[in-house]
Amino acid sequence: MFKYFPHTADDIQQMLDVIGVRSLDDLYAEIPEEIKFKGELNIPSEKSEEEVRSIIQGLAAQNKPLVCFAGAGSYDHYTPSVVPFLGSRSEFSTSYTPYQAEISQGTLQYIFEYQTLMADLTGMDISNASMYDGTTATAEAMMMCVAAAKKRNRVLISETVQPSVLAVCRTYAKFHGVDLVEVPEKDGLMDKVAATTLIEKDDVAGLIVAQPNRYGLIEDFSGLADTCHSHKALLAINTMASALAVLRTPGEWGADIACGDAQSLGIPMGYGGPYIGYLCTKEALVRKMPGRLVGATTDSEGRRTFVLTMQAREQHIRREKATSNICTAQGFMCLYVACYLSLMGPKGMKEVNEQSYASAHYLHDALLKTGKFEEVFGAPFLNEFTLRVKGDASHLREALAEEGYLLGVPTLFKENCLTIASTERRSKQEIDNMVKLIQTIAL
Amino acid sequence: MAKVIEGLYYAESHEYVRVEGEFGYIGITDYAQDQLGNVVYVDMPEVDDEVTAGEEFGAVESVKAASDLFSPVSGTIVEVNEALEDEPELINKDAFANWIIKVQLSDKSELDNLMDAKAYEAICK
Amino acid sequence: MNNTYYGKLIFELSRPGRVGYSLPKCECEGYSLGDLGQEALRQTETILPECDELTVVRHYTNMSNNNFGVDTGFYPLGSCTMKYNPKLNEELAALPGFNQHPVTPAKFAQGSLKLYDEVQKTLAEIAGLSRFTLNPYAGAHGELTGLMVIRSYHMSRGDSARTKIIVPDSAHGTNPASAAVCGLQIVEVKSTADGTVDIEDLKPLLGPDIAGMMMTNPNTLGLFETKIPEIAKLVHECGGLMYYDGANLNPMLGVCRPGDMGFDVMHINLHKTFSTPHGGGGPGSGPVGVRKGLEQFLPNPQVVAKDFKDSKDFKDLKVYELHCDDESLGYVSFFLGNFAIIVRAYAYLLSLGKENIPTAGKLSVLNANYIKESLRSHYKLPIDTVCKHEFVFDGLLEEYGGDHHSPDHVTTLDVAKRLLDYGFHAPTIYFPLLFHEALMIEPTETESKETLDDFIAVMKRIAEEAKANPEMVKTAPHDTPVRRMDDVKAVKEPKFTFKAL
Repeated sequence: MFKYFPHTADDIQQMLDVIGVRSLDDLYAEIPEEIKFKGELNIPSEKSEEEVRSIIQGLAAQNKPLVCFAGAGSYDHYTPSVVPFLGSRSEFSTSYTPYQAEISQGTLQYIFEYQTLMADLTGMDISNASMYDGTTATAEAMMMCVAAAKKRNRVLISETVQPSVLAVCRTYAKFHGVDLVEVPEKDGLMDKVAATTLIEKDDVAGLIVAQPNRYGLIEDFSGLADTCHSHKALLAINTMASALAVLRTPGEWGADIACGDAQSLGIPMGYGGPYIGYLCTKEALVRKMPGRLVGATTDSEGRRTFVLTMQAREQHIRREKATSNICTAQGFMCLYVACYLSLMGPKGMKEVNEQSYASAHYLHDALLKTGKFEEVFGAPFLNEFTLRVKGDASHLREALAEEGYLLGVPTLFKENCLTIASTERRSKQEIDNMVKLIQTIAL
Repeated sequence: MAKVIEGLYYAESHEYVRVEGEFGYIGITDYAQDQLGNVVYVDMPEVDDEVTAGEEFGAVESVKAASDLFSPVSGTIVEVNEALEDEPELINKDAFANWIIKVQLSDKSELDNLMDAKAYEAICK
Repeated sequence: MNNTYYGKLIFELSRPGRVGYSLPKCECEGYSLGDLGQEALRQTETILPECDELTVVRHYTNMSNNNFGVDTGFYPLGSCTMKYNPKLNEELAALPGFNQHPVTPAKFAQGSLKLYDEVQKTLAEIAGLSRFTLNPYAGAHGELTGLMVIRSYHMSRGDSARTKIIVPDSAHGTNPASAAVCGLQIVEVKSTADGTVDIEDLKPLLGPDIAGMMMTNPNTLGLFETKIPEIAKLVHECGGLMYYDGANLNPMLGVCRPGDMGFDVMHINLHKTFSTPHGGGGPGSGPVGVRKGLEQFLPNPQVVAKDFKDSKDFKDLKVYELHCDDESLGYVSFFLGNFAIIVRAYAYLLSLGKENIPTAGKLSVLNANYIKESLRSHYKLPIDTVCKHEFVFDGLLEEYGGDHHSPDHVTTLDVAKRLLDYGFHAPTIYFPLLFHEALMIEPTETESKETLDDFIAVMKRIAEEAKANPEMVKTAPHDTPVRRMDDVKAVKEPKFTFKAL
């Protein structure tokens, strides 16, 4: 037989006898002949373990590793080796959603820890047990605004949120019937005056903004929550999770929802996934929140235990009335985040941000010194920034990629601009080497 | 055996209306609360909201189930039972005493479409 | 699994001054976060734990010992396809070559793009459809994406009246929930007494306002919908499209393909049918496939293979590019979905190949029917016919205390909890909603006859216990790390964070 099938010929015969049919094919006797598949699937033949390994290693080898100075929602941070090590424990990875709490305390506890950590980082009361990624978490926040407002259908979104977040929100809005209105930018930041004018029309369910924004810039949300709340709109802030450890938190800005991607907390870039979306909110909005939620309770012997709770909001009970269709999210990545933050602690998270800040600013200044770049915006930034190349930016980016460097992402709607990121993983040596190379590239 | 009270109007979706003059008190029946089990939350509309006969106005939640509330009659909500916000379990204690919304009835003839106690008792069997 | 409850939280192990990481010294001097100004910075300290490395390792290792996975024991959870998760797949998904930034130019990510396209093509052949996107992150996300494809198709024809979707009353709860997120109204079609879609109930629902119909086949009772050709014909005649919920694809592998059944759009759960781990609730992957003529509506970005034209010597060589289609429904994800999950599925597809993929489905059906026939002497079988990969009991037989009209009967929940004492995961309970005491069992093909025989013996023993000593079953589990939980307290005194404890 095959290594994943334990059945011997004898087993099969004995089982068929119990069932009272003659062959495996007889188990499909009720299926109309005309729709049965006849013949052989046109897919590859079975492969041995070594063959499979060789094929997939070959594909991995066709990818070329580049020294990463790109961000835009995915960041190359250091991950302690303990994180993937603990992540390989199959008691966690091969389990299902923890419906049977008595034999799932491991999963329930790390999700409870994750919820605590994310609520704390965002400065909010509560966190759900994860969403798919930062883009869909923000789309869910958008729908949550509409659900909470009951009679309003318009949501504002700043043009300065990450392009990927804006694109996914547009898709969800189109189909869900949300009137998504984009608030224009001014000098790389959301135009607060324009936002206020729109909110004052009293038909807005919520406003979605980003911190840092798509250009890497730090926005000033002073007074924004008050404006929203005095017109019965919710404020949602999207933040790259690592930055929450040092920047003014969504809670401190007065936000009602904090959402975004937590890939920056110990999860590899992995060509885009799996990542983990987070969504945190105030206690009063818990029943409008999408996703699963773990709560503390006691067992029949009075011990502190953990269970999935508030399930009446969810799809398997509420069906079309559920807060969202989400069921499986990124549960396992909660373990990555919890392990990562437990190892890094408050000191580590500050250090990661200090180093990312220093490295990005050093790179920013070094690029300007080459004379081949110029400033586009003036606002302060954390670890990501936007510069204009005095010449053909895509040519420069391609030439650098040939040499092993990934310099930023092309900035949408800004000609010859690149949005560039750095992290604590980038050494001064790597930056100096790349900058030296840039000086040799004709634009 | 679930309790059924004479003199109330009943809907097939297990809500009742107790009529007092121009007003109707709407809640869920004893049978409905028994089916749901421990009620942990009542999602209530706001005062001044309009309700329409047969349309949903809220939901009752137990630990592992949730049931939409359908208004048996049309009208304007003049009061919601705020006691249920903190103590939703009052519905389990006495579903008929603990109404959910009080509605100014806009069309009393709608009551004719509802069941009396005897007819309702029959569908709960 | 270890039956001693661990129960600590990482916050309780924290001691000021401990760290569990090491970073090199920062050489980029002269820059300080403080330069951003107090207004921009966090105003309060975090409560992140302070722990050394071993403390963290022991903590999560101890926690894992209170967890039950497929590697621990039999996991017959209906509708979830808890098959074995091969270890080779884990090794290959972790290859450093795949750890690239998503904006890496396609030229330098050819291996990843080729892998994506190979999986896409293989799934299309298995499903009998034209093309797949692998961007959706999970089954429900796939459903939503698939419904968006259906709506995009109608909108592209200028037909805006199709706002309703037909869903059987036995459907997975995600179906109506996904339809609602997609802005569709749900029309429910009833099941007949034999558990399949009632065609006479369906016919009057069909009209110019119907966007399509969602079905899973076999359905949630594990029964093949034999009238599917007629249903598909009726829905197509009224102008709607057929959506296949791939949650139950496993038994159909190589036997009967959704495309051949008449479906136009479907999703596949890689974490069910194609062996990627469930991860305690994600990350999954929910690829969406479409029939020819609907490819352009799939979400962006799309991976396309082009012939390498530069040289005659390389005529089979392909180059892979990212493509964004103007007719696409838009973006539903950050990039190309849960890529590392797709790598695992590829390893599985290659390992099994065309020879073994059909066997997987058949053995899953064999296992399910074997359990069903072996346990019908003790549990109520509401629909007596050959099932596919799963089936549903309606609780214990009356002679074993299962009479649900009796106030102190032994419930499905009690049976499920007692199973935990014997080292088995419980089946899915109280779903589908068609029965009062539903107990839904899906064994999967990777379980041996010995495992099934043990399970059968234990299920019979529980039935005997329910008859002789119902109180013992009703207070189960007894031998698990913790006992039954107070679910009401969890909702009524909500505590979602360590701070709230």
